[in-house]
Amino acid sequence: MSIVAGQEHRVEEHEATATKTLGFWIYLMTDCILFASLFATYIVLREGTYGGPGGRELFELPFVLLETIILLASSFTCGLSLLAARKGLVKPAIIGLGATFVLGAIFLTLELGEFLKLMGEGHSWQASAFLSAFFTLVGTHGLHIAVGLLWVLVMIIQLVRQGLTSGTIRRLGMFGLFWHFLDIIWIFIFTIVYLMGVI
Amino acid sequence: MDWLLGRFSLDAFPKELVTQGGALSMVAIGILVVAALFYFKRWTWLWKNWLTTLDAKKIGVMYIIVAVIMLLRGVADALMIRAQQALASGDASGVLSSDTFQQVFSAHGTIMIFFVAMGLMFGLINLVLPLMLGARDVAFPFLNSVSFWLFAIGMVLVNVSIMAGGFSTGGWLGYPPLTGLEYSPGPGVDYWIWSLQIAGVGSLLSGINFLVTILKKRAPGMTLMKMPIFAWSVLVTTILIIFAFPILTATLGMLSLDRLMGMHFFTSDFGGNPMMYVNLIWAWGHPEVYILILPAFGIFSEIVATFARKRLFGYKTMVGALFAITFLSFVVWLHHFFTMGAGANVNAFFGITTMIIAVPTGVKIFNWLFTMYRGRIKFASPMLWFMCFVVTFTIGGVSGVLMAVPALDFQVHNSLFLVAHFHNVIIGGVLFGFFAGLTYWFPKIFGFSLNERIGKYATYCWLVGFLVAFLPLYALGLMGATRRLDHYDGDGWQVLFMVAGVGAMIIALGVGLQLLQLAVSIWQRKKNVDTTGDPWNGRTLEWSVASPAPFYNFARTPIVDSRDPFWEEKQLIAAGRPPKKPPYQDIRLPKNSGLGLVIGAFSFFIGFGLIWHMWWLAVIGLIGVIVTVIIRCSNDDTEYTLTAAELEKLDKQTRRRFA
Repeated sequence: MSIVAGQEHRVEEHEATATKTLGFWIYLMTDCILFASLFATYIVLREGTYGGPGGRELFELPFVLLETIILLASSFTCGLSLLAARKGLVKPAIIGLGATFVLGAIFLTLELGEFLKLMGEGHSWQASAFLSAFFTLVGTHGLHIAVGLLWVLVMIIQLVRQGLTSGTIRRLGMFGLFWHFLDIIWIFIFTIVYLMGVI
Repeated sequence: MDWLLGRFSLDAFPKELVTQGGALSMVAIGILVVAALFYFKRWTWLWKNWLTTLDAKKIGVMYIIVAVIMLLRGVADALMIRAQQALASGDASGVLSSDTFQQVFSAHGTIMIFFVAMGLMFGLINLVLPLMLGARDVAFPFLNSVSFWLFAIGMVLVNVSIMAGGFSTGGWLGYPPLTGLEYSPGPGVDYWIWSLQIAGVGSLLSGINFLVTILKKRAPGMTLMKMPIFAWSVLVTTILIIFAFPILTATLGMLSLDRLMGMHFFTSDFGGNPMMYVNLIWAWGHPEVYILILPAFGIFSEIVATFARKRLFGYKTMVGALFAITFLSFVVWLHHFFTMGAGANVNAFFGITTMIIAVPTGVKIFNWLFTMYRGRIKFASPMLWFMCFVVTFTIGGVSGVLMAVPALDFQVHNSLFLVAHFHNVIIGGVLFGFFAGLTYWFPKIFGFSLNERIGKYATYCWLVGFLVAFLPLYALGLMGATRRLDHYDGDGWQVLFMVAGVGAMIIALGVGLQLLQLAVSIWQRKKNVDTTGDPWNGRTLEWSVASPAPFYNFARTPIVDSRDPFWEEKQLIAAGRPPKKPPYQDIRLPKNSGLGLVIGAFSFFIGFGLIWHMWWLAVIGLIGVIVTVIIRCSNDDTEYTLTAAELEKLDKQTRRRFA
């Protein structure tokens, strides 16, 4: 009897996980549309430099490539962490998350550094519509990364305190989706904002 | 003190008699409610049964209460607009100052769309969608409560603006550069932005929630093609919400960045492009009108089948039409600004797509009429709303197709002809649909029906009032009267404006009758009590449970094998072959939580802080929201079990009450 009840419980847990994961996927799609709106606006306003410098003068591709590599590496460590968690290994999962946090934090620092440099040179978001759109699009991605970093910290605390439960594994899985999603958005930013801006 | 109060000062309080009266009456009503709660010692009851509830039906009732209160506010605004336009001709200046008039029409549109129509829609979906699907609750009950509180906080911000600072004067869609920093430096536009932003996030979360509910929570055996049409209409509505509302969030976000940080998205210099805003806002705004009308279509599909006592005609074409409308609604947005000058070919494309939308809509109208054909129709008041809807909505639809012709649209763009058109479809379509739905499902939620006779009088008042109020506007529009006029020269328009004013008063009488209907029905609730759970001889699962529907919805999970499961079951019982009932099982239900309210309260701080530049308040709000979300997400113990034995006992008690 208890075995049957246990199985039923597992089925319920599985269904709950499937439902929540589907909900999270749909949330990610809404976020995707949000970014699509910002991309569309950026593309329309790209020429609106008001006589100031455009992407060709402002962007440094090697620097952006470095940012890209760091962000992709953080996604790799995030994936490793999830694999470890699915195998039931708490410590490697936490280490993987720790590495994701460090890499994500470096990425965010570099991005803020770029922003500060631009502003120091007098190219703030108030200078032209192009710069408004640039700071908003890239900054919104950065804001998502910051939220992700906070999420990693909370995940690490939860893993230390609660261990690998169905709840923490589920949330870790969702974090993985979120982090990879931000990677994809970054690839679009890299292509549309930086590459197409310079070339 | 600047850091503490931002740009708030004593100047923010209202100076005109109209706004002072509005503000004071709101404060007075608030004090009365609080006093009543203390006097009747109802705080614990309110907290335990309502404010912290995660039961979709109760959340639905709260949505509807907010929406009805806002309907009264919106109607009051409408009466002020009509009074102003009826009087302010020639030398007369009317009852309102120009600035107040602009605030009133902006508030009227904003409130009616976001807080009345959206509120009634989410309310009705919460009330009946889980019941229709044979589900215990929505997929994410806590998220549902967060959505509601964000909606409620948006409503609070709109109304706080009367008491401090004034509302936007930029119309319901707030086009820049008028709403940019340069031309509207005050807090009004910020009130508009943040009330919509906060309520909009709530709507987006609701959209996700209901979509997952439909995809994952249907009763065993209910395939998608066996869902009631109302569930289909909610499915496509949520798809529209998911695609459209992020655009609103992004657009309002960019406008607020223009205003808060001096950016240049939509300014008229520094390379900004105001037309980009108009494109973006309508890429959300056009789907939004379908977000409102499609659930109303769903409601009418249920009502017509029930009261014609026939299967819905053309189920599959109904579903197809819903999807066609969903797709097309995303490729017509430019028809809102043919005059922008995008060129003849672009205008032709959008004109044609707009006309095509009339085809699936017509399919639906004919399907309803064919459902009625040879049915044994019962003219109960929901059906009466439907009949009024068919007439008014068809007139409105035809006037819409007329305006889809770009050349003609150039003549009537921004005129009262347009105002008449969209009121024709929104009052005659959306609002009549939601009123029909409220009358139809009222007994399921409260356990007694609404008074039929007064309800029918109210319907007639709405129909006649609507025609008297809006048909003159078509004529005025053709004569050249534009929207948002607070004054006009004596061009012979005044008579028609006066007629429209009379129409508005007839509508107000209808609203009064609806309030009377509610009061009388509560007074005579013993007389109209619904003992069967099935007052209308219904077809879908919600009528198979007792009225009011119990908190666990279904004591035993229903098993579905046809489109009208409850109707089929009744046929089998009548034939002496009642289907076997499944056994009782343990069920999991969500525990109450006050954190949704807490998130709402903190988002009020965010909104109010940003409106008045009290940055510390916004930061506190933001940290509060983040911490509350983390607390909630760290807690896996959010449900409790109702055992099969307890459930059986509760179920038998309910049944005995009506035996």
